[in-house]
Amino acid sequence: MIRVVMPMHLRNLAGVDKEVTLDVAEPVTLDAVLNALEAAHPVLRGAIRDHATHKRRAFVRFFACREDISHESGDYLLPAAVADGREPLRIVGALAGG
Amino acid sequence: MTSVRVLVGTKKGAFILTSDAARQAWHVSAPLFAGWEVYHVKGSPLDANRIYASQSGGWFGQVIQRSDDGGETWQPVGNEFAYNGETGAHQWYDGTQHPWEFTRVWHLEPSPADADTVYAGVEDAALFRSRDGGQTWQELSGLRRAKGELWQPGAGGMCLHTILLDPDNPQRIYVAISAAGAFRSDDGGQSWRPINQGLVSPWELPDPNAEVGHCVHNLAMHPSRPDVLFMQKHWDVMRSDNRGDLWHEVSGNLPSDFGFPIAVHAHEPETIYVVPIKSDSEHFPPDGRLRVYRSRSGGNEWEALTNGLPQHDCYVNVLRDAMAVDTLDACGIYFGTTGGQVYASPDGGDSWMAIAENLPKVLSVEVQVVP
Repeated sequence: MIRVVMPMHLRNLAGVDKEVTLDVAEPVTLDAVLNALEAAHPVLRGAIRDHATHKRRAFVRFFACREDISHESGDYLLPAAVADGREPLRIVGALAGG
Repeated sequence: MTSVRVLVGTKKGAFILTSDAARQAWHVSAPLFAGWEVYHVKGSPLDANRIYASQSGGWFGQVIQRSDDGGETWQPVGNEFAYNGETGAHQWYDGTQHPWEFTRVWHLEPSPADADTVYAGVEDAALFRSRDGGQTWQELSGLRRAKGELWQPGAGGMCLHTILLDPDNPQRIYVAISAAGAFRSDDGGQSWRPINQGLVSPWELPDPNAEVGHCVHNLAMHPSRPDVLFMQKHWDVMRSDNRGDLWHEVSGNLPSDFGFPIAVHAHEPETIYVVPIKSDSEHFPPDGRLRVYRSRSGGNEWEALTNGLPQHDCYVNVLRDAMAVDTLDACGIYFGTTGGQVYASPDGGDSWMAIAENLPKVLSVEVQVVP
């Protein structure tokens, strides 16, 4: 079971209170988790990644085990602690805007 | 009992202001979509309970919200605005070609003929249509073939901000784009032509015959006379009596012919309203006095409407989609400011009152009369 923590605006869009849990088959890559998240909550399509290119939106960041993995490719294998649910994948709205 | 619903889009959410038909006492809702930019909120002319909202932001992109109960509850609908076919390119600031990139929806225009049909004007400029209540969107890409390679963004972005649907002829659509100009389709949006003859911008666009490149800020039309169009251009208030084929200036005695919105009285097709702004760099009213100007002659002769509006130390702006009229008798006029005030006149502009005073920067104002 994968845990995903999202910022308030995405939680509101998805209609969830706190973290989301997802079943993701191995290998647990960044794209596999985001695909599962968007499948479970279609309203998030386009809010985290571009609809067509699946490129991360500029002011969205990804963290796993306190590491910024925003610049990793979609094939990036998430750490074992995320893959087994001990740690969440954190989706963060970047500090921007003054 | 008849009521009035003013739909306000702001920099940090949407608000619904409600009143009975007297339009004297107003209730301001809690913010909707708090924290998001809401460029436009507009109701269906066929079903007052059907309202669409464009919710966007730099972080999480575009969301389209729909309410089917007059704004009590909302559901996100489709937010995929994919340009049709090859994306193509338009002019960039340095004269090179730049690919079209979707940023946001500026304007939503529900159809007067079908409650499930709604049009969206987007940045980078293009027109989309949904026939399923906003669930899916298809681009009417013939518009970008109207010399789109020559369009280039203005300071506010290359946005399609105005959509007028001819109530007598569902095949006829008008749009306006900053800073490309006005365009008309006579075949339901399949093909388009620029309608900018007569627009003059001698310094910014020296070619008097330029078909595109005109900075049109807003268009207005009275539904009983869809062949007559009014335009607030970057500078100049303009009028066309032949569906945009030829424009002539009607700025007349305005203290400044720069401005953003233009509106037509609901029952008097020759009565129009503008809000003069000092200049394109000083986006505030001349002399610090917030004045709506009304012409009862379709332009040229204008009178200042000041009763109830701040007449000193006022330095707000009124954006292009932030003025609307209701259909009651007497006609109500509404506008919102970048300072967060929404003003209403229940008597066609003779007197005004602030019906909300401390909202975030107002981006758009629309009004519904609810039977």
